[in-house]
Amino acid sequence: MTVKIADILEERRDQIHRTGEGAIDIACNRESLAGAVSQRACVFCGSRVVLYPIADALHLVHGPIGCAVYTWDIRGSLSSGPELHRLSFSTDLQETDVIFGGEKKLEAALDELIDRHSPKAAFVYSTCIVGLIGDDMEAVCRKMTEKKGIPVLPVMSEGFKGNKRAGYEAACKAMFRLIGEGDTSGISPVSVNIFGDFNLAGEIWIIREYFERMGVQVVANVTGDGRVNDIARCHGAALNLVQCSGSTMDLAKMMKEKYGIPFQRVSYLGIEDMADSLYRVADFFKDKDPSIVERTQALVRDELQKLMPELARYRKDLEGKKVAMYVGGSFKAFSLVKAFRHLGMKVVVVGSQTGTKEDYAELAEITDPGTVIIDDANPLELSHFIKEKDVDVFVGGVKERPIAFKLGVGFCDHNHERKEALEGFTGMLNFAREIHASAMSPVWQFAPRRANRIRAARKEAVNE
Amino acid sequence: MSKVKTARPNFVSTTNACKLCTPLGASLAFRGVEGGIPFLHGSQGCATYMRRYIISHFREPVDIASSALGEKNAIYGGGPNLKKGILNVMKKYEPKLVGVATTCLTETIGDDVPMYFNEFFKEFGDLDLPELVRVSTPSYNGTHTDGWHGAVRSMVEQLCVEDHADTGRVNILPNMVSCEDIRHLRDICDHFGIEATILPDISETLDGPALEDYVKIPEGGTPISEIKAMSGARATIEFGRCLPRETGGTSLETRFGVENHRIGLPMGLRESDRFFEVLESVSGNPMPRRYELERGRLVDAYVDGHKYIFGKRAVVYGEEDLVVGLCAFLSEIGVDVVLAGTGSRGKGLEGAIAQVTHGTARVAPEVREAVDFHDIAAEAETLAPDLVVGHSKGYRYAREWNVPLVRVGFPIHDRFGGQRLLHLGYKGTQALFDRVVNAVIEKKQADSSIGYGYI
Ligand code: SF4
Ligand code: SF4
Repeated sequence: MTVKIADILEERRDQIHRTGEGAIDIACNRESLAGAVSQRACVFCGSRVVLYPIADALHLVHGPIGCAVYTWDIRGSLSSGPELHRLSFSTDLQETDVIFGGEKKLEAALDELIDRHSPKAAFVYSTCIVGLIGDDMEAVCRKMTEKKGIPVLPVMSEGFKGNKRAGYEAACKAMFRLIGEGDTSGISPVSVNIFGDFNLAGEIWIIREYFERMGVQVVANVTGDGRVNDIARCHGAALNLVQCSGSTMDLAKMMKEKYGIPFQRVSYLGIEDMADSLYRVADFFKDKDPSIVERTQALVRDELQKLMPELARYRKDLEGKKVAMYVGGSFKAFSLVKAFRHLGMKVVVVGSQTGTKEDYAELAEITDPGTVIIDDANPLELSHFIKEKDVDVFVGGVKERPIAFKLGVGFCDHNHERKEALEGFTGMLNFAREIHASAMSPVWQFAPRRANRIRAARKEAVNE
Repeated sequence: MSKVKTARPNFVSTTNACKLCTPLGASLAFRGVEGGIPFLHGSQGCATYMRRYIISHFREPVDIASSALGEKNAIYGGGPNLKKGILNVMKKYEPKLVGVATTCLTETIGDDVPMYFNEFFKEFGDLDLPELVRVSTPSYNGTHTDGWHGAVRSMVEQLCVEDHADTGRVNILPNMVSCEDIRHLRDICDHFGIEATILPDISETLDGPALEDYVKIPEGGTPISEIKAMSGARATIEFGRCLPRETGGTSLETRFGVENHRIGLPMGLRESDRFFEVLESVSGNPMPRRYELERGRLVDAYVDGHKYIFGKRAVVYGEEDLVVGLCAFLSEIGVDVVLAGTGSRGKGLEGAIAQVTHGTARVAPEVREAVDFHDIAAEAETLAPDLVVGHSKGYRYAREWNVPLVRVGFPIHDRFGGQRLLHLGYKGTQALFDRVVNAVIEKKQADSSIGYGYI
């Protein structure tokens, strides 16, 4: 082909918006375009992300081998006890199973694995192929529940039946079947469940410590460092705290409907959102525990006193630098935009895999004019905007990393695979440190894009 | 003489698989063609997961397109999405070759890719079309190595369609080796005065330099014109003692009479010798002095280091041919391979190992096909290894047994530079040898209460 074609496909133009250029009406929650090299995964991926950190459950992937292998221990979700979640179990379907059905194999695999590992529950994930060959997972799981005396829960996550968001829903449905099974005695009236945190690099431990200092009991972690028994009794908590826009919202809504438990949206990323989340929890409980507000203020004050002087040191270097980010859920992006302001940095490109219209509208509100907002991007679009905006740091996941590095741009992993705790006040400091290391390394001056520019600037200086 | 157990133990389930799925291998192979882009015909998840997996090893952008089938396509067939997808890839990437690999989904619904290709050529024949190559890669029927070999054979069969005038070149089908291995092979051929067509050639496309701009498809890879001319080569050398009966090499031989030399991966002294002998015979040139020296140094090192490692017990796992190569090498240096495992089945692993270790191995290893890490662990308890040799997915087990893991092959996710590890030839063997000896020494030092400064 001779005609030079722009990096953006016609069909995708309405999935990209620039802040300040008219009303935002971004197309989203669409199927990915064929041939577009989407950064998105599948329904199964969504379910796996959410349920993965439940550490004392067996997670069996019913399908051919790939789906299980590629999700083997790829998340940084830590456990304070059992680590069953870190193993990769599969039925590894073979041709005969595809022809004659995989139910028998699934049953036998469950039998074997449950005996071997004595899990508290088992989640069975369906994959594309299972949807096609029509295995009755529901029936197998029911039978095994009876036989083994533990909940065996089907997760209806056939990859092709939508995108990651549908997988969140499937995961919530599976968990909802657990809830209500446990004994709720001994739960304090000042108590919460933590939803939508996956304990990457131990983050949930940071957050739990804050609640402890506030005098709030945490009943269940859903799902970071999660335990089946905690989840089974979590309907005894007074409030659900939902982080992240997509993953556990459905569960919170189902619990509100069935058990009348209210929920609040929270975020543990960045200074304002962290503090604000704690204050709102304090506010919620202030009738039951009047001194909680004071304790919370003290907590925030203490933490900020430690944090701010250290942040200031990083800010000196980072002031004015530009950031692009591409994240899974867009809710995280809100917090990150604010967090970067504390570092004196400007977000100029922001995108997500699964944002909703409302999310994007809110992003348009909090970002500066000219910021590119983008839904379901791909490597070419991302690299296009990184160059156009000449960013200094790119925030994303492992798939995005080489894009940044090839362009000679710093990168910060802010995804499920991160090994650094970035939540809470402590996390903000880690975050600043990482961004600083990403942006300030001397290596960038050797990367050709910058190196050539530096050379050109030098030449000009000599000529003058 | 070997205590072969090919059947799995009685486990139904798989725990921590020691294999990857078929389209991943095909994607890697398609990435080694000039202007080539892999395209998975299936739902979006597979492509994204594989990209992520491959990126973690190579640390390079790896774009794999997908026909991104949704529920409707799964029911009514994926043809329209496949065609639309190829057009979109053409628009955005301007590829010279689109390598279409099927997935479990499209294999199960029985999508007829050759027919879609025909329709595509009819509908869009007026456009400047890239080469389209297809390979059938159901994962319920094989592993990533089947995908790799299948893609190589598909390229040879679908691109090499006519007799080509004598080129005097030599075709090399290197199997799943590292980028550094390919670079080394190219050097060797250069020094022998051989013009080689290496298919695939991932040396640049999966280990590229820093550049001014983000390139859609990285430079490098086997030129398509060279692939088309493979029928005019004077010989083919394909690596692998566990290859399928029909490969790119056999296809060229039966269709065009290009003499096919099937030899093991050149790992260890004797398997490398075979490779260099073949090079001497196809080039008519004697071994260049530099390789005589490399060989001599390797033997010298074998002698210098033998005591550190003699009688050490190793567990080896990975792709079948890599395992054979490692067994050849380890048996030569006096390490007892106590278990050799691979995730695939029916590839004749035990026979191949017996061949390459004949005369050097003191004990025959347990040879296990279709293993996962749970099987390996169950065996290893009684085998008491001193050393584990394989890709980085065995780390958790090596750590549990408190023995060193020498990382080889793919994937290496927990160390830096997997794509630059050298395994082949005298030089690759030398690199492996140094690493094995040092791993043993390091362990000895770490376990010792005395900080010996001389070992
Ligand atoms: S469905 Fe098949 S091709 Fe796709 S990831 Fe799973 S095993 Fe691999
Ligand atoms: S087969 Fe389906 S479920 Fe598995 S990775 Fe591919 S898209 Fe996801």
